[in-house]
Amino acid sequence: MAGPEGSLDPSRSFWSAFMIGVGIMAGVDTIIFHQLLGWHHFYDRATPAMGLASDGILHAVELVVIVAGFFLLADVRRRNAFTPTRAWAGFFLGAGGFQLFDGLVNHKVLRLHQIRYGVDLLPYDVAWNVSALMLLGVGAVLLKRARGRERSRASTT
Amino acid sequence: MIAILLSVYATAYLCAALRERGRRGWGWLRIASTLAGAGVGVVALAPPLAAWAVHDLRGHMVQHLLLGMFAPLGLVLGAPGTLLLRTLNVGAARRVTKILRSRVVGVITHPATAVTVDVGALYLLFLTPLYAALHTRHALHDFVLLHFLLAGSLLAWAILRPDPSPHRPTFAVRTGALIVAIAAHSSLAKIMYAYGWPRGTHHSLEEIRAAAQIMYYGGDAAELLLAIALFAGWYRARGRAARRSRAGGQPMASGIPGAPLRVRA
Repeated sequence: MAGPEGSLDPSRSFWSAFMIGVGIMAGVDTIIFHQLLGWHHFYDRATPAMGLASDGILHAVELVVIVAGFFLLADVRRRNAFTPTRAWAGFFLGAGGFQLFDGLVNHKVLRLHQIRYGVDLLPYDVAWNVSALMLLGVGAVLLKRARGRERSRASTT
Repeated sequence: MIAILLSVYATAYLCAALRERGRRGWGWLRIASTLAGAGVGVVALAPPLAAWAVHDLRGHMVQHLLLGMFAPLGLVLGAPGTLLLRTLNVGAARRVTKILRSRVVGVITHPATAVTVDVGALYLLFLTPLYAALHTRHALHDFVLLHFLLAGSLLAWAILRPDPSPHRPTFAVRTGALIVAIAAHSSLAKIMYAYGWPRGTHHSLEEIRAAAQIMYYGGDAAELLLAIALFAGWYRARGRAARRSRAGGQPMASGIPGAPLRVRA
């Protein structure tokens, strides 16, 4: 697995995929819920002015993070330092982390927008945040497995 | 006027680039990107779009995106400064380098200045009576279009730095400036949508909202390209650094966690 450059880089593999996970989840949110289903609105009358500014910053970070993630990942692979399990763990933790952040901070604390309008929100909120926890759970299991493998590899060499 | 300026620039660039190809070489991609950038700028100013832009805010917004965001990206990726320095004779090139080294140029081309001049001016334009004044004053209208092009190019150049630049800020500073620029641009689009700016014009609220959405999503597309160009530059610079250290027999700098991001892009 280790190439001519030698050492693997689990940390960079993890974080590059984490960034891609965050960016893809943000993209899925925009495309599915805003554009296809039309559940979210471009702007929600209830959004306070501060919410608009923080929404802008969040949006900018998402856009840069997904591009940065892909180039970091390409760079780790070029160095033959890529560890796939770590990367998948990062991807799921990034995607789940974004989903949970969106569900709790954006929808509830900042009240940027709601999942859907004119319906009882509770089941939607529960489904949203439970799906986030499931993604986080998958990520945590993969991370544990990746760490175990790295330990056994370290002890055999 | 601006269309003529762009055509003259593209022609001069093409002549210099073709001459340079015969000498030390000059990439086709740079030539293509410059021609595409100038072409997009000319399209933005072509009669059908210009006529639409005069009475419709959506048309004006398309003009803003093409002239202020897409065209500058193409022009800047052509590395005009590098070509200029290679084309000039030694004496003139030295004088240009001296000007580039000056503190004034350092301040003007700093990403913070560029973001303020470019996106700050958009706030001034759309959130004050300035936009309404454009309809009665043609000179002001032309000035705003020229400002889109020049400020957009300044911002793209300040972030991407395709040319030798003595005051080059770190990669982190340039990435931060890009994030601030995107945040400010998309927030302005939402403010316009939410509060119905620019006010004091004949534009209906529906028209303003449609224009604000064009600004938001179109701006996203342009900024995504800018981000890709920025990180592609980083990726190439890392590849060069790795090859250099391999050739020198040194262990790769990238083997040390934390160090890699310092590579100059």
